[in-house]
Amino acid sequence: MKRIALLGMPNTGKSTLFNRMTGGAARVGNWPGITVELLSGKILLGGDMVEIIDLPGIYDLHGFSDDEQVVRHFLHDNVPDLALVILNATQIERQMSLLLQLKQLNMNVVVLLNMSDEARKYGITIDSGKMSEMLGLPIYLLSGKYGAGYQDAIQAVTKALRYPTPGMAEQLRSQLEQDEHIESEMVRVLRHSVQVPVQMPEHLTDKLDRVMLHPWLGLPIFFGIMYLLFQGIFLLGQPLQGGVAEALSWLRGAALEAAVAGAPPWLSGLLLDGIYNGVATVAAFVPIIVLFFLFMAMVEDSGYLSRAAFLMDALMARMGLDGRGFVMLLMGFGCNVPALMGTRVMRSRSMRLLTMLVIPFSLCSARLQVFVFITAALFSPQHAPLVLFSLYLFSFAAAILTALLFRNKFQSTEPFVLELPPYRFPTLRQMLLRGWIEVRHFLSRATQFIVAGVVLVWLLTNLPSSAVPGSADTLAGMIGSALHPIFAPIGINEQLTIALIFGFVAKEIVIGSLAVIYGLSGDALSGALGQQLDWVQAYSFMLFTLVYTPCLSTIATLRSEAKDMRYTLFTLGWSLALAWALSFVFYQSARALGY
Amino acid sequence: MSASTLATLKQGDLATIVAIHADQALHQRLLALGFRKGKQIELVRQAVFSGPLQVRLGTTDVVLRRNEASKIEVCKGAGCA
Repeated sequence: MKRIALLGMPNTGKSTLFNRMTGGAARVGNWPGITVELLSGKILLGGDMVEIIDLPGIYDLHGFSDDEQVVRHFLHDNVPDLALVILNATQIERQMSLLLQLKQLNMNVVVLLNMSDEARKYGITIDSGKMSEMLGLPIYLLSGKYGAGYQDAIQAVTKALRYPTPGMAEQLRSQLEQDEHIESEMVRVLRHSVQVPVQMPEHLTDKLDRVMLHPWLGLPIFFGIMYLLFQGIFLLGQPLQGGVAEALSWLRGAALEAAVAGAPPWLSGLLLDGIYNGVATVAAFVPIIVLFFLFMAMVEDSGYLSRAAFLMDALMARMGLDGRGFVMLLMGFGCNVPALMGTRVMRSRSMRLLTMLVIPFSLCSARLQVFVFITAALFSPQHAPLVLFSLYLFSFAAAILTALLFRNKFQSTEPFVLELPPYRFPTLRQMLLRGWIEVRHFLSRATQFIVAGVVLVWLLTNLPSSAVPGSADTLAGMIGSALHPIFAPIGINEQLTIALIFGFVAKEIVIGSLAVIYGLSGDALSGALGQQLDWVQAYSFMLFTLVYTPCLSTIATLRSEAKDMRYTLFTLGWSLALAWALSFVFYQSARALGY
Repeated sequence: MSASTLATLKQGDLATIVAIHADQALHQRLLALGFRKGKQIELVRQAVFSGPLQVRLGTTDVVLRRNEASKIEVCKGAGCA
């Protein structure tokens, strides 16, 4: 099968084009370095199946960071039949250097000048015919986001695939030493084919930045935006979640109970009280998750993440991190796993390890489900959003404290140089795609972990069969009381202890297993929790849930990214110790104050 | 015109890059972002608490720390190199 590789600098729209070509669902965002892995998809081109590979962006072929090495190794080991080089037309002045480097490798190349719509707005005119003639390469203008120029580009790609695949130049390194030649060649081509206005007209980006990056208002605005976003998610999402939960329990009463009526009691118990209650309670959170990621997609695509990096870098530097680390913490709000992988853009290993040590404290969307459920059950509608926001602040605080404590162990002199892209708005299609990716991700986790988790919890709370389900005589009751000395000082009872043990696998299971443990779902479960716990216990439970290990996938990612078992165990131990200590201090002081 | 660096510029200053004194890895990255000898550069803004600088080279905006900026030698004004 012929193979096409998408190559270009970071944030030039390779993944957006990849999604357009393959109908795939690569994650896109206005942040240099959002793609750090190889992604591939197959399509039919000119009657043949062709494999398309989306590569991480590279600044040049000398790059030293992990994501750039991925690309170098890929090119070295598998010469693509066609390199589809994607350049940001607006920044053609500097991005052409990468094209000229790639050209020296003698690959079969088609060049796409992407974001041509944006370039036109900037008043940049590019004579692609002239450029094509001077470089001896096929060059096309394209808007990957809106699709203009796409058909011509695909035709050119199909045609270029008919040429034989060239061999890779043996001496990759020495080929790359000829940068001086590149310099003069670049000037020559640009002078004849590109016109850039001398004075850039003032753009929306400049006007917005004057407010968003204001020396004194910038940070308050940042926290204001965050607060409004989370408030919005809670206010819009919580009723949706309640509605879905109600519909699912109605379905149980209306149809499912009759359907399993003939089955033996243990089986109907397992199916309804175990699997259905557990999974339905978790499934009720799908609308909140979708809503959350729609907001997240807007923030990521807008280009605001780079602004957040600019605003926070001075503070992050005092913790031994940099602005990019802060952005990874924000991305961790979605899911910690891609945030951990996003640290591949860092070259210094110490800085990567320190950043990866703090990312798991980021309050991810799975933990958000637990907190939405518990805050809604235990706090008044006025207080609940504030309580939720306070947990986000604790999430930052845990990260800051950890970085401050360990920065001397992970010292680095990594330079901080980052592109600031213009503000962009995601298309509706991009946002819906993102929502769909997250639903799919959730469903795959649901089938892998959540069903197995709730079945196990059901078994633990119903065995041995002589014991009353959910009582102290069951296996769950025994485990709970064995761990009581550890969890009692932080106000966590036996039932919650079992939920925490399963939460180690994935946080979605926490709520699902509470549903199974109490044998209730939806409003009834909230009611039972509200009766059994007071707010101090509930908050202590949430603090512990926030800080201790996020999930097995995160641990597996930490291990594969760090390639160091001792480091992985250390992060695990530290998060458990910190979780217990924080909850202990909170619980005991709240009680001492008379709450 | 005395030799100064990007880190000594003030907000709104226009300058021209004279030389880049960085190690190879950083030098490569700066080149790829458009930092080249003779190029015009503008200091757009500085973050508070001695935070990073935002500079503009043509159509590219770049954020970098003062420490990195001090490795880029410039002369004030357009086309002075």
